Amino acid sequence: MLKLDLTTAPAPSRRAFLTGAAAGAVLLAFRLDLKGARAAEGSDALAKMPAQPNAFVRIAADDTVTVMIKHLDMGQGNTTGLATILADELDADWGQMRVAFAPADAKLYANLLMGPVQGTGGSTAIANSWFQLRKAGAAARAMLVAAAAEKWDVPAGEISVAKGVVRHASGKQARFGELAEAAAAKPVPQEPRLKTPAEWTLIGQRVPRIDSAAKTDGSAIYSLDIRRPGQVTALVAHPPRFGAGVKSVDSAVARTMPGVIDIVTIPTGVAVIARDTWTAMKAREALAITWDDSAAETRSSDVILAAYRETAKTPGFVASQAGDAEAGIKGAAKVLEAEFSFPYLAHAAMEPLNATIERAADGSFDVYAGCQLQTVEQAVVAATLGVTTDKVRLHTQWAGGSFGRRATPGADYFAEAAAIVKAWNGKAPVHLVWTREDDMAGGYYRPQVFHTVTAGLDAKGQITGWRHAMVGKSIMIGSPFEAMLVKNGIDSTTVEGASDTPYALPAYRFEVHNAREGVPVLWWRSVGHTHTAHVMEVFIDELAHAAGSDPVAYRLSLLTRAPRLSGVLRLAADKAGWSAKPSEKGRGLGVAVHESFGSYVAMVADVTAGESGVKVNRIVAAVDVGVAVNPDVVRAQVEGAVGFALSSVLRNRITLKDGVVQEKNFDSYQPTRISEMPQVEVHIVPSDVAPTGIGEPGVPVLAPAIANAVFAATGQRLRSLPLDLSSLRGA
Amino acid sequence: MLTLNLNGVVREVDADPDMPLLWVIRDRLDMTGTKYGCGIAQCGACTVHMDGQPVRSCQTRIGDVGEARITTIEGVEGKVADAVKAAWRGLDVVQCGYCQSGQIMSAIGLLSDNPKPTDADIDGAMDGNVCRCGTYQRIRAAIHEAARSLA
Repeated sequence: MLKLDLTTAPAPSRRAFLTGAAAGAVLLAFRLDLKGARAAEGSDALAKMPAQPNAFVRIAADDTVTVMIKHLDMGQGNTTGLATILADELDADWGQMRVAFAPADAKLYANLLMGPVQGTGGSTAIANSWFQLRKAGAAARAMLVAAAAEKWDVPAGEISVAKGVVRHASGKQARFGELAEAAAAKPVPQEPRLKTPAEWTLIGQRVPRIDSAAKTDGSAIYSLDIRRPGQVTALVAHPPRFGAGVKSVDSAVARTMPGVIDIVTIPTGVAVIARDTWTAMKAREALAITWDDSAAETRSSDVILAAYRETAKTPGFVASQAGDAEAGIKGAAKVLEAEFSFPYLAHAAMEPLNATIERAADGSFDVYAGCQLQTVEQAVVAATLGVTTDKVRLHTQWAGGSFGRRATPGADYFAEAAAIVKAWNGKAPVHLVWTREDDMAGGYYRPQVFHTVTAGLDAKGQITGWRHAMVGKSIMIGSPFEAMLVKNGIDSTTVEGASDTPYALPAYRFEVHNAREGVPVLWWRSVGHTHTAHVMEVFIDELAHAAGSDPVAYRLSLLTRAPRLSGVLRLAADKAGWSAKPSEKGRGLGVAVHESFGSYVAMVADVTAGESGVKVNRIVAAVDVGVAVNPDVVRAQVEGAVGFALSSVLRNRITLKDGVVQEKNFDSYQPTRISEMPQVEVHIVPSDVAPTGIGEPGVPVLAPAIANAVFAATGQRLRSLPLDLSSLRGA
Repeated sequence: MLTLNLNGVVREVDADPDMPLLWVIRDRLDMTGTKYGCGIAQCGACTVHMDGQPVRSCQTRIGDVGEARITTIEGVEGKVADAVKAAWRGLDVVQCGYCQSGQIMSAIGLLSDNPKPTDADIDGAMDGNVCRCGTYQRIRAAIHEAARSLA
């Protein structure tokens, strides 16, 4: 059923090489079945998977229970959640639980919502593992019980398990470690009975994060902390423009520097190999490289955006339509039009990209990194090094953030590390390190996007028609996933959250244009929803005001067939005191509600806005993620989404001048700081529905809630992101 | 050959005096709890203590350290350090955790000088420490919690 379909293409195209996607050599049959995560039939398919305790549980003689984690934990806390799911069905004690990152093995560890691919993304870790880990835990528990029944010569039905202890009514008891060996020899029950929600002891409770201690005393090992015997550090001088290549390099000075070991030209630039990072930095500065810009993107980002604005006036691919939007707008009593633009954004995770690759004595390879798309990364490293995938072992490490950047369809930095190892014939373990500047200027940004939207209202304020066009570079077109994820010119990751709006619109037409440009783009925490939710939620707010309606009531009137969205909207409004809005001048409340990745989030922002800028005082959020496996981790993800996204609302943008990225470090791309962090309250809707995810869904609603609050505070409608605070000063 | 008093142990280090303390600690002495985030003192991930005061090790030349006592996350100890780490664990502050060594070193520095910091004091001491996961609400709460436990 989970057939792995990897084929090697004849040769990467020149274009693929030039955009750094030499890994285009790998094509994948890939489906991202996020809708399936919440559809009943999707849930059924996951529930019908056989139990696989051997893949996921290790019970040791010392009584520790280790859960094999098939995903990357880049901070979302999925290690805690996944271990909780299994521990609950196993009736383990939380204190005995451990986690270990699983090797790359798409047969055992595929993301069940990504088809045959092992990977982490789309807020799917908990959702796709929910039945798999419950079954594995329940099966392991049944095997422990069977072993105890045999040992004590009692019926299995008389045995109970709680907090890591197996007991019989006679007073006999054993810890898991004592039974593990005998249990392992028992047959695996394929359909073990799963607990009812009333029987859960850990799921739905706050258990302490499993990674807190190691991340508090400096002992957690991240990818950048890997130290292999004889390891060398490599930095790569990349071309300043996307798509450029090396014309010539003079490395004479660099080669004389103490600690410099070698300098090699690879497809993505010039690699400096040195005994330590600082030496490599110094030597890289001493290189004199002439770049070949003949195939490079040389435009400025504002020129690219201006082209989008023109493109938006032409017919695009129709992503969705119903009724006659034009007629509805023509016959309207009032017509509103708005434009929104969004900049390129860097992920800027705290740990810059890096990976270590080591050749073993038998010619196979070990890869140490924050592996987020293991199946692709393994295949890309193998293809680059000219070996079969079984000769490449991945060792996933704790990742210092990602926000999407570590999951690149072409596994760009893995390919680069492998290219250095290849050029250097595997002489020593190579640790490829990207500096902050490499990471920030290295592309794979949230696309720059332009939206234009027009809507008509009748005399009662009812929407009569909605016309909407989006322009931006598709994430999927040109990637190995294009054939699978782009249909009729429509990349769902561009239009998600707009063309499938839950608002009841009588007539609408959503069009999309795929810009062609040399800037590499990628998913950025919540992907298309980063811009679509903002446009939909700000424009709905404008319509509510034009209709003379309360923004919450207006939304609810359009969401009568979306009970979970209405539910979180009502809850957030209620908890924020929406009906008793602050009346002081310069302070206002704004609201937004959105579904992404099968989860429902509403936020009410309380902001102070005026000539001195925008201060977000408080965010009240309501979320519906189905079962909240660990409510405290759910809250943490929403708090974190606010802290992560706030700087993109207020100031972050990546700009290009004549093709060269201008923002290269945290001085010119300032993340949110503690003094700006609002108070965040998170309210969780109780639910017995199978869980969805919360890594991303907190992000999309923040910007529109703030923009709508700025309007309430100042009467000024700031549409584009980052918010144009200078217009408040002019007020 | 330079000497470095690191976590109470005097170590000999063969390094260019210009090499930042951060890279001496991480690459020469293989102590990886101290993190690289930006290299230009904008993020605080590399924060260590020099004679008890938080400094950015990416901007501290090894040649300038002299006999100063350097303390990293692996070696920091005492009542304040214990209280801060306990509060961090108790409130599950961490997400990706990469910045937290620096956050904790800055927080210990703050509480060592100011046992009862206000929110404004926390902003002043912690604004140089970036957390991209956005754990700031819990960082603030954990500092207040540690202050309470020390009182």
